[in-house]
Amino acid sequence: MNIFDNKIEFRGFLIGALVLVFLLPMLNALTSPDSFLHVSSFQLSLWGKYVTYAVLAMSLNILWGYTGLLCLCQSLFFALGAYAFGMYLVLHIGIDEVYNTPLPVFMDFQGYTELPWYWAPFEYGAFAVFAAMAIPGVVALIFGILVFRSRIKGVYFSIITQALTYALMLLFFKNNLELFGQSYILFGGNNGLNDFKEIFGADVDSASTQRWLFIGSVLLMLSVYLLVAWVLKTKFGKVQQAIRDSENRIRFSGYSTTSYKLLIFTVCAMIAGAAGALYVPQVGGINANEMTPAKSLDVVVWVAFGGRGTKFGPVLGAVVVSVLKSFFLRAAPDSWLIILGAIFIFTVLFMPNGLVGLPQQLKPWIDRLKSRKATTSPVS
Amino acid sequence: MKLVKKLTLGLSLVASAFSLQAEETVKVGVLHSLSGTMAISETSLRDILLFTFDEINANGGVMGKMIEPVVVDGASDWPTFAEKAEQLLAQDKVSATFGCWTSVSRKFVLPVYEKYNSLLFYPVQYEGEEMSPNIFYTAEAVNQQAIPAVDYLLEEGYKKFYLIGTDYVYPQTTNLVLFEYLQSKGIPIENIGGGLRKDADGEVISAGKYTPFSHSDYQQIVAEIKAFAASGDACVINTVNGDSNVSLFKEIAASGLTADDCPIVSYSLSEDEFRSLPTKDLVGHLGCWTYFQSLDTPANKEFVANFQEWLKTAPAGVQKEGRVTCSPMVLSYNGVYLWKAAVEKAGTFEPEAVIAALKSGISFDGPGGTVTSQENHHMTKNVYIGETLEDGQFEILESFENVYGEPFLKGTFMK
Repeated sequence: MNIFDNKIEFRGFLIGALVLVFLLPMLNALTSPDSFLHVSSFQLSLWGKYVTYAVLAMSLNILWGYTGLLCLCQSLFFALGAYAFGMYLVLHIGIDEVYNTPLPVFMDFQGYTELPWYWAPFEYGAFAVFAAMAIPGVVALIFGILVFRSRIKGVYFSIITQALTYALMLLFFKNNLELFGQSYILFGGNNGLNDFKEIFGADVDSASTQRWLFIGSVLLMLSVYLLVAWVLKTKFGKVQQAIRDSENRIRFSGYSTTSYKLLIFTVCAMIAGAAGALYVPQVGGINANEMTPAKSLDVVVWVAFGGRGTKFGPVLGAVVVSVLKSFFLRAAPDSWLIILGAIFIFTVLFMPNGLVGLPQQLKPWIDRLKSRKATTSPVS
Repeated sequence: MKLVKKLTLGLSLVASAFSLQAEETVKVGVLHSLSGTMAISETSLRDILLFTFDEINANGGVMGKMIEPVVVDGASDWPTFAEKAEQLLAQDKVSATFGCWTSVSRKFVLPVYEKYNSLLFYPVQYEGEEMSPNIFYTAEAVNQQAIPAVDYLLEEGYKKFYLIGTDYVYPQTTNLVLFEYLQSKGIPIENIGGGLRKDADGEVISAGKYTPFSHSDYQQIVAEIKAFAASGDACVINTVNGDSNVSLFKEIAASGLTADDCPIVSYSLSEDEFRSLPTKDLVGHLGCWTYFQSLDTPANKEFVANFQEWLKTAPAGVQKEGRVTCSPMVLSYNGVYLWKAAVEKAGTFEPEAVIAALKSGISFDGPGGTVTSQENHHMTKNVYIGETLEDGQFEILESFENVYGEPFLKGTFMK
C-alpha cells in the first residue's frame, strides 16, 4: 500500500528528506565559513528549533485537524519532554567551581545537600529519553481517561486542557513544594534548567553536536509525517476523521470513540514530548514560561495558518511564523505580538484552509483572470 | 566571461563600501524585551541606552568610531533571548551587548556569550552567585542592596524581620543570604518571619514567605505580618516583584499598619515602577538602590536634564511624557561608559582585551557617584537608602560610600 497521495508528494518528501538530512548538515560541516554556500551553526541550530516546532504543530494537527480535538495544552507536553531531558543535561554540568557541589546550583542555593530520589534516575541518558516521552504520555493518559470518559467535548475540552497547562505552569514556577511539613525541591522554578555543558559525553555547543541534533529533529519530523500519512490510509484514520465529523454517529455505529481519542491524545503527547527533548539542547534551556497558555495558543496559530487537517500545513505554518517572528523581532522591535494577532485574524477570516489551501482557494480567481484575458485579447 | 568579471568587480566594490562604513562605526547590541510582560520595565533601558549612544556619538564616539546600536526584541521569551543573542554575535558581530532584565534571560544567554567569547553588560539588581567570564554585572549585588538596608534597619533598632518575596531565584537567594546574615548579627531564628524551610532531616535551611507572580490576595499574609509586628520592633523585607506590590501595599494600608509601626523596605520598586503603580500606600516605606533620581549632585542634575532634553527629539516609539530615571537605567548608562573607557584603555574593540581592561579596574563618575569595575566582574559603587514620597521619588536617608560588589555570599556569614 502506498502511503503517499500522489507522485508529487512522494517526490517532495524524498527531496525534502535529502536536503534536510544530508545537504544542509554537509554544507555546515564541509564548506568553509567564508563560502556563500556555508550554513552556519547558528543557522543550523535555529532551523533545528523550527523543526521541533514543526513536530509540535504536527502533533496538534493530528488532534485538531484530524480528530476534532482542539487541545490547548500541547506546549505543556512539549515542555514536559523538554524538562525530562533537561534534567539529564543539568545533572551533567559537572562540579560547580565556586560551591564545589555536584548538585545543580539552584538546589545548592536553596540549601539542599542531596539529590532527591525523584531526580536521581535522570542521571541516565536512556532513562531521560524514555521519560521525555513517557511522562507526557502518562499525564495525557490519566487526564484523557478523566476527560474522555466524562464525554467532555468541543470548547469545554479546550478550556479544560488550558486549565491543565496553567495549573502545571504554576507548579513548575515554584521552587519548592511544601507537603506535610517537608520541602521538596522542584525543577528550578522561574530560572528553569539551563547552562548545559554535556550531552552523552559530547560538548553540547559544539558544531557536530548541533548537527546531530538537527539531523535527529529532522528524522523525528519525517517519521511523524510518515506516521500521519500511513494512519490516514488505514481504517483507523477513517474512524479518526469520522470522530471529527460526527462523533455521535460513529459511536452509535459501535465504535468506542473514547478509546480512539484516548490513544490519539496519548500518542500526540508523546510526540510533543519527543520534540521537546530535542528542542532543549538546541535552545540551551527550558523554564516554565514554555507552559504558559499563550505558548499552546501559538501552536494553534501555526496549524491554522499553515493549514489544519493537511499533512504539510502544520510544518509550513510553524516554520513560516517562526521565521517571520525572528525577522520582525529585529526589523520592527516591539510590534511582533500585533503582527502575530493580525496573521491569526487574517487566517481565520480569509484563509480558512491556511497557506497550503491557498492555491486551491485562489484557483477560481486565476481561472477567471485567464479566461478574461483569453476572451479580451482577440478583440484588441 | 566579461559578465563574470563585471560582477566580481561590482561585488568587490560593494564589499569595500561596506568595510569602509564598518570602519567608521562600531556595532553594539541592545537586547531587551520590547514586547510581552517585561516590556514595561525593559523598554526604559532601551531608551536610556539609545540616549547614551547619542550622547557619546555627539562627543566624538568611541576611539573615533560612532556607535551603531543593533536593537533586537527579546519578547519576554527566554529561548528568543538566546536566539537573538546568538544572532547579534554570529551575524552582526557586535563588540558588546547591553541587555537582559530577568535572571532567567541572563541564564539563557550566558552560554551563548561564553561560546562566542563576547561581552555582555547586565544592569539589573540580582541574586549574585554567578560570575561568567563574559558578563560584567553593573547591577547591584545582594551586598549592595539587601545587606546595607538591613544594616540600616538594625541601626534604627529593629529586631524582627519578616521576609516576603515572589517565588523565583532572586528573592529566594536574597532571603537565604539575609537569613544567614541576620543570624550572624544575633537575630534569633524566631525573630525571622515568613516561615522556615526545613529539609528532609527537619533542619532549617532557609526562610521567607513566597507568592507566585501576579499574586493578588495578601489578606492572610498581611494579618500574619500584623501579628508579627505587634511588638513594635519589626520590619518587612520585601522582594515581591511587579504588580503584586499594589495588592500587598493596599492590604497593608487597609490593615492600619503604617511605616512608623513597621517599615517595609522594597528591593524591586524604583522610580520607574512608580510610573505605573499608585504611590499613595507606599509613602514612608523604604527603598534601597545605588542611585535615586533625587540625588542632589551636579552630575546627576546634568544627567537628568540631558535625558529629558533628549526625550524631546527621541525616535518614534520612545515614550516622551512623565519619564523618570532610576537605578537600572543609570546602571545601563554606566555600563556603556565603562565599556567606552575600557575600549580606550585596551586600544581595541576586541572583547577579550576589553574584559581584561575592565578587570584591571576602570572608574567612571556616573550620576550615582563613582563606579569602579572589579576583578570579579562586579562594580564598587555607592548605596543609598531612601524613603518613598508622594510623587514617586525618594528622600535619601542614608548613604554608604564605595561598597565592594560581592557576588558569592551564601555561607560567608555562617563561619
